[in-house]
Amino acid sequence: MNGEYGKGLRHGVPIALGYLSVSFAFGMKAVGDGLTVLQAVLISMTNLTSAGQIAALPLMVGGAGLAEMALTQLTINLRYALMSLSLSRKLDGSMGTAQRMIFSFANTDEIFAVASSQPGKVGKYYLYGLMTGPWFGWSLGTLLGAAAGTLLPDFVRTALGIAIYGMFLAIILPPARKEKSVRAVVAIAAALSVCFHYVPGLSQVSSGFAIILCAVAAASLGAALFPIREEEP
Amino acid sequence: MSWIVFWPYLAVTAGVTYLIRMLPMTAFRREIRSRFIRSFLAYIPYAVLGAMTFPDVFYSTGDLRTAVCGVAVAVALAWRGRSLLTVALAACCAVALAQGALLLI
Repeated sequence: MNGEYGKGLRHGVPIALGYLSVSFAFGMKAVGDGLTVLQAVLISMTNLTSAGQIAALPLMVGGAGLAEMALTQLTINLRYALMSLSLSRKLDGSMGTAQRMIFSFANTDEIFAVASSQPGKVGKYYLYGLMTGPWFGWSLGTLLGAAAGTLLPDFVRTALGIAIYGMFLAIILPPARKEKSVRAVVAIAAALSVCFHYVPGLSQVSSGFAIILCAVAAASLGAALFPIREEEP
Repeated sequence: MSWIVFWPYLAVTAGVTYLIRMLPMTAFRREIRSRFIRSFLAYIPYAVLGAMTFPDVFYSTGDLRTAVCGVAVAVALAWRGRSLLTVALAACCAVALAQGALLLI
């Protein structure tokens, strides 16, 4: 056992807790839509993505073609390509091709956010530790939701819904406080995202695609206005 | 759902999602020289999280009033640099308390 693995494991705990509640909802919905408990859990174990899985359910139940399924997943999950590209810069020498093939499976929004907020480079033990808890949390939450969705008190499930966002805020606010550039990027991205929710026409854009557009626009503006010096912002 | 129908869907969803994550991390290993692209990639996490958090966080509890309480607590603690778990759990507790308070009113 390695200190870096333990550190990663600890950093994964809040993600795992957040995932428990989100995947719980997914498990309930999947079984409600006609999948078996085992099928719901298999989807979570192999996909590890909230928006993509939830979008996949009606397509599966409705008997959609495989090409449509692939295209939907591609659109909703394309943001991961940006995240993998971004995180690729932060990996240290211990991350060879095999290690990258293992870790990239778990490059979710939250794991990516925590990994990229670490100072300096990150290595394989830290990342393996970081991906362990969230993967178990996501799979276990799906199992619990699918098998026993109605047992948890309502107010607990409602309160858990904000956990993931609390975590996001804990990641973006400290650097936003320090750096004007990060503050600007977050503000632009949030403002665009609000437009995509409420402006007629824009609100028809799928949530996965809207995230891509907002993030690319905000990061491009940030890069044009505040080009970074040699190291991180 | 019958397994004959299920397996191809599982393979497509898992396969597409994995390739999207895996290819950019394994295929692009060179140091990037362009200052613009390096800046862009450095800002992407903050841009993605900013777009995913707002306005969605205000819908995360199904009641704008409890969500605002959760956000206020999360922002206050995150601004002071508290840990991820502290901020996340405090936000959940704030929402639970707000729900309780609304029931009493």
